[in-house]
Amino acid sequence: MVLLGLAAAFAVNILDWNTNQVFYNDMMRVDNFAVAFTGVLTGVTLLWFLLSPGFFREESSLTDHYSLIVFALAGALVMSSYSNLIMLFLGIEILSIPMYVLAGSRKNSLASNEAAVKYLLMGAFATCFLLFGIALIYGATGTFNLAGIASAIQSEGTTFLLYAGILMMLIAMAFKASVVPFHFWAPDVYQGSPTQITAFMSTVVKTAAFAAFFRLFWICFSQHIELWSDTIWVLSAVTILVGNITAVYQNNIKRMLAYSSIAHAGYMLMSVLAMNDYSQGSLLYYTLAYSLSSLAAFTILVLVSNGGNETADSFKGLMSKNPMLAFVTLISLLSLAGIPPLAGFFAKYYIFSAALQNHYTVLVILAVIGSLIGVYYYFRIIIAMFQGEAVEERTIAIEPVVKAVLILASIATLVFGIAPGLIVSLL
Amino acid sequence: MILGLLIFFPMLAALVAGFVNNGNSKKIALGASLFELFLFHVPVHHFHPQGGQQFLLDVAWVEKLGIHFKVGMDGISMLLVFLTVLLVPIIIGASFGHNYKKPGLFYALILFMQSALVGVFTSLDAFLFYIFWELALIPIYLICLMWGGKDRARITLKFFIYTLFGSLLMLVGIIYLYLQTPGAHTFDIEAFYSLRLDRATQCWLFWAFFLAFAIKMPVFPFHTWQPDTYVDSPTPGTMLLSGIMLKMGTYGLLRWLLPIAPLGVQDWGAWAIGLSVTSVVYASCIALVQKDFKRLIAYSSIAHVGLISAGIFTLTIQGVQGGLIQMLSHGINVVGLFFIAEIISSRMNTRQLNELGGIRLVAPKFATYFLILVLASVALPLTNGFVGEFMLMVGIYQYQAWVAGVAGLTIILGAVYMLVSYQKICLGEKNRLTEKFTDLTRNEMLVLVPLVVMIFWIGVYPKFFLQMTEPSLLQLLDTIQTASSR
Repeated sequence: MVLLGLAAAFAVNILDWNTNQVFYNDMMRVDNFAVAFTGVLTGVTLLWFLLSPGFFREESSLTDHYSLIVFALAGALVMSSYSNLIMLFLGIEILSIPMYVLAGSRKNSLASNEAAVKYLLMGAFATCFLLFGIALIYGATGTFNLAGIASAIQSEGTTFLLYAGILMMLIAMAFKASVVPFHFWAPDVYQGSPTQITAFMSTVVKTAAFAAFFRLFWICFSQHIELWSDTIWVLSAVTILVGNITAVYQNNIKRMLAYSSIAHAGYMLMSVLAMNDYSQGSLLYYTLAYSLSSLAAFTILVLVSNGGNETADSFKGLMSKNPMLAFVTLISLLSLAGIPPLAGFFAKYYIFSAALQNHYTVLVILAVIGSLIGVYYYFRIIIAMFQGEAVEERTIAIEPVVKAVLILASIATLVFGIAPGLIVSLL
Repeated sequence: MILGLLIFFPMLAALVAGFVNNGNSKKIALGASLFELFLFHVPVHHFHPQGGQQFLLDVAWVEKLGIHFKVGMDGISMLLVFLTVLLVPIIIGASFGHNYKKPGLFYALILFMQSALVGVFTSLDAFLFYIFWELALIPIYLICLMWGGKDRARITLKFFIYTLFGSLLMLVGIIYLYLQTPGAHTFDIEAFYSLRLDRATQCWLFWAFFLAFAIKMPVFPFHTWQPDTYVDSPTPGTMLLSGIMLKMGTYGLLRWLLPIAPLGVQDWGAWAIGLSVTSVVYASCIALVQKDFKRLIAYSSIAHVGLISAGIFTLTIQGVQGGLIQMLSHGINVVGLFFIAEIISSRMNTRQLNELGGIRLVAPKFATYFLILVLASVALPLTNGFVGEFMLMVGIYQYQAWVAGVAGLTIILGAVYMLVSYQKICLGEKNRLTEKFTDLTRNEMLVLVPLVVMIFWIGVYPKFFLQMTEPSLLQLLDTIQTASSR
């Protein structure tokens, strides 16, 4: 039923293309940006449901989890189409509260409980910052409406209240998007949560956070780019470097993927920073490419580790054990590492050219160095896979649906990489 | 159309060979690569040396971003595509004596690599060029990783990161150029040629491109990945790397670096020549003291390619022309020499020069072919090596006489280490190990005969290749001249 609902939502969403409708007293505005991101979010959630049948089987309170995920998705959709700061706040909360519960859904595991508590505390912090920021901006401009804020800033100029407000909002969004130095919760939460939930967090939640982030700055503050561009420049550079370098030192693959997802947040920030014609399209493309590969990578991690060993050893000899799975892993990791002709490469290329357009050459070079470091740790898995003998002789049972969707995800990664025009021409 | 076929036919054949995945994969791969060689006669027939870029195929790929699938061939590309389609069947044939595990994947990767290489040598769109450039890296990486020697994981990763670093710098350069193109931006090479960039910009662009190409070739001090990778790869992988892939670097100099950043070359070309000549002398000296024959050839390859790169940077017609011919010759010779090394190590289980000797007495045919390859490699007149190196030396001499003196050491040192190794392997008394050396089989002859034919063809009658490439090279030098004088 969930699948049908999601498919229907996806279809209805496409119908909204180019309509630019306004809902609920200008609380939500369904422009093409919103439609495109809604498409990505529902599509990825759909794939996620197909890839995680095991998760629902082993848990006790099954129906709860279905509805929690759908709730979270609803929050994510609000975050990508809000046109009022109140809706932004509501969206983030609707998304976050189910995620707190889901992070702790493995009730007997200490790590899972720890993840839930950490996530809740950090999330609460972020919410405080967000509310504070919203209040300050309201104080400065007298409105919650995004377009209203932009025009108020235009007419009345900038005030100290506004600076503080932007800064607070920035911090809150950075928390949600796990940008360094507000990332400390992410590795523990990612590692402690059930892997399927981690996959959901690192794809849907992250996409939604960036959609909201971008929408806010694009509509409200793009006139005064000089106010915040330096801050984001530094955040982006630090995120890319810290995320990538820390990932190198991780033995646990799940934790490594968590740090790599932090690094990817740094690349996505570059599109917020660029704020030009390319940046919407590049962010959309990046989130899509990243979500596809990341989802596949986490699913494979679930399959090969089987609840036990989560180091690179569990991938050893995968090529001889299960070539199909090895190829899917290869494609998703190469895509994450940004190797052509896969989607991940074009995503990086597009973001880099958006940033170079605005002459952020140094940042692009730092990002290039970051992706090189990325190659190092992604290739550890590839090397383990293609080389070495399996530690334990265990055949990996894959359900046909999961297998089909994994192959589909790889093909999509390849197709979007070869024909990026499919997505790029949208925005 | 024919170019599209040349690029994508090996890819299709790779899929077939991959799905068959048994002993027949190698036959399919050989058949496909021979058919590709046969296909190449079409462009040879219709090629006009004066005609500039020909066989153009231009399809919009990502319209919004000005990315086109644009390929074409002039004389320079013709020669390198010829090298590729000629060597790949030979390389596949050379692997027949060895049964690799997972043959389907192995041969699929080789064919896939061929597609990418033909693509690199024909792309006229910078984005497309970059895609093919990287695409060529993945198969060779996997070949080395899966079928390589003991320490392959570390060595191949070093190789991969090294080359990726270079190409990402090039990518930044390409995006920068793209953003400079007027109007709706484009990646078209003609648009890049006609950009008017100031000197400072061209200087950093020079380094962005030069590093990518210098790592690929490799030139001192970016060569440290090369000897280990060559030695540790399975022989077909080594042949692909040394025979064809390093020409990607030298080709890149001609097609992209020189015409795009001529002012950068004016300022920094002397440095590039300095590094190239240093790597000639440095690698020759190291080759002198090598005990392992395969490693010796790896170092000799650095020396040869250093000379090519030095010749190209002189910007004289002899230097550039010699560099181009030498790319072809070196590809042929080095593949032959690595095949010799493979024959030795598969029969003797060693490549240590000191343990060998006297093979001439038990295997005269082997010794003859080996001698021809050695002589070609040390540039004896009437062999292909002579034509290229002679023109290179003339070009470098015109640039600066004493540089030619230093670079000329390669011929002397090369003769020393090649002849000494020939002496240690083939001459002298046979020992207990080499007694059992069996002479060449029919399959091995089939690999070596075409190589020897090519050696003498280029050596005796190079005119065919010189005529094919000369107009394109003159045009190239002309482009550089006008670009640097405005």
